[in-house]
Amino acid sequence: MNYHWNWGIFLEPSPEGIGTYFDMLMMGLRWTLVTAVLAWIIAVSLGSAVGVLRTLPSRLGVGLGDAYVEFFRNIPLLVQLFLWYFVLPELLPKDLGNWLKTLPNASFWTGAVGVGLFMSARIAEQVKAGIQSLPRGQSMAATALGLTTAQTYIYVLLPMTLRIILPPLTSETLNTLKNTSVALTIGLAELTARTRAMQEYSFQVFEAFTAATVIYLVINALITVVLRRFEKAIAIPGYVAGT
Amino acid sequence: MLPDIDFNVIARSLPYLFRQGMSFTLTLTALAALGGLLLGTLLALMRLSTLPILAPLATGYVNLMRSLPLVLVIFWFYFLVPFVGQVILRADRPVEVGAFASALITFTLFEAAYFSEIMRAGIQSIPRGQLAAGYAIGLTYWQVMGYIIVPQAVRNMLPVILTQTIILFQDTSLVYVISITDFLGAASNVAQRDGRLIEMYVFAALVYFAISFSASRLVKSLQMRTAIPR
Repeated sequence: MNYHWNWGIFLEPSPEGIGTYFDMLMMGLRWTLVTAVLAWIIAVSLGSAVGVLRTLPSRLGVGLGDAYVEFFRNIPLLVQLFLWYFVLPELLPKDLGNWLKTLPNASFWTGAVGVGLFMSARIAEQVKAGIQSLPRGQSMAATALGLTTAQTYIYVLLPMTLRIILPPLTSETLNTLKNTSVALTIGLAELTARTRAMQEYSFQVFEAFTAATVIYLVINALITVVLRRFEKAIAIPGYVAGT
Repeated sequence: MLPDIDFNVIARSLPYLFRQGMSFTLTLTALAALGGLLLGTLLALMRLSTLPILAPLATGYVNLMRSLPLVLVIFWFYFLVPFVGQVILRADRPVEVGAFASALITFTLFEAAYFSEIMRAGIQSIPRGQLAAGYAIGLTYWQVMGYIIVPQAVRNMLPVILTQTIILFQDTSLVYVISITDFLGAASNVAQRDGRLIEMYVFAALVYFAISFSASRLVKSLQMRTAIPR
């Protein structure tokens, strides 16, 4: 193999003029994390709302929830990002469209919202399955106590569900993090994009990709450890939750 | 309010979109699913094997693949495969690998990790007594696995395998990042050549939706029919 390894490359200044190649990757990691956090917040809040909607005793609610999930599950994430980034601003009223296009960090906002919506459909599935896994007696008992539907969900069903679905939620959290890399196609300078830029500037392909691999593995491991602890702390006694 | 929309651009590019783009996407999906399933089954057998080294090796591979974003893995193989080819073929320089071969290798190796998790669950769902019974009538390990355990595991897991294949079908759109002309790549080429982003991307979304949605409906009805009566 006539490939010239040079692990010292990370300490060399990058041609962008701000810091070393290592700093460049770290800047990318920051965008990855910020995007993942915002996408996760969107995914969990919207996903819970849609998941609840799909279990309500209302045909309209269930229909709307199902349509939402089918829409976001059956179109590839990449195509969804293109729709939000290239198509949506053209279809909006002119002023709104122009505002969207000239937004600072537009690819970050589009990426985070796009990944968030994509993941929310998956989380809605988990929430729905979680609510349906509860014994029917729980919601019946709540009704017998005179709680309204809203109160039943807030005080009885959701606190149980969120504790039950935490294990699958952990893996969706990791998926959210990984999916932010797709946003490089709309110009987000996240970790994978910066790795690719480093490779193009320095020609050290394998050092760059090895570094990105290690960074992703470390972040994955950290999230897994923290969430496993959390899972243990709030697991419902007597329930065999997931793994 | 609507910008001018030209549906003709879709009609004009249909042959290109489907004959070049979609046929690439579907061939890649089918071959990568088959290869991934085969390799995934082997990985699952390795993970369940009692021989030393095999299990941790397979587990390490599966966990590695599952922790990395597919986009990064696509880039990895795009650059790595030519060098590996050079070593294997003892060539003087990195081997040139075609776009299709590169994508196929990437998706097969990546999906194998996911299929192996499915197959592991499937194999573990078969009662251990069947393994013992197979050995008792004098079958070898490969005969027991090949004739008894794996066929049942595949049947039990068929809905999950097909659902994973639908996900794979959607994921193949990511070959866009190495500028391969799959279905989305073809749509994107036309979109940029004719300045028709809205029409082409909406059309691409509709086509992906129609295929994935009807496929997942089929899987659901199949699930009802193939369930082994207990």
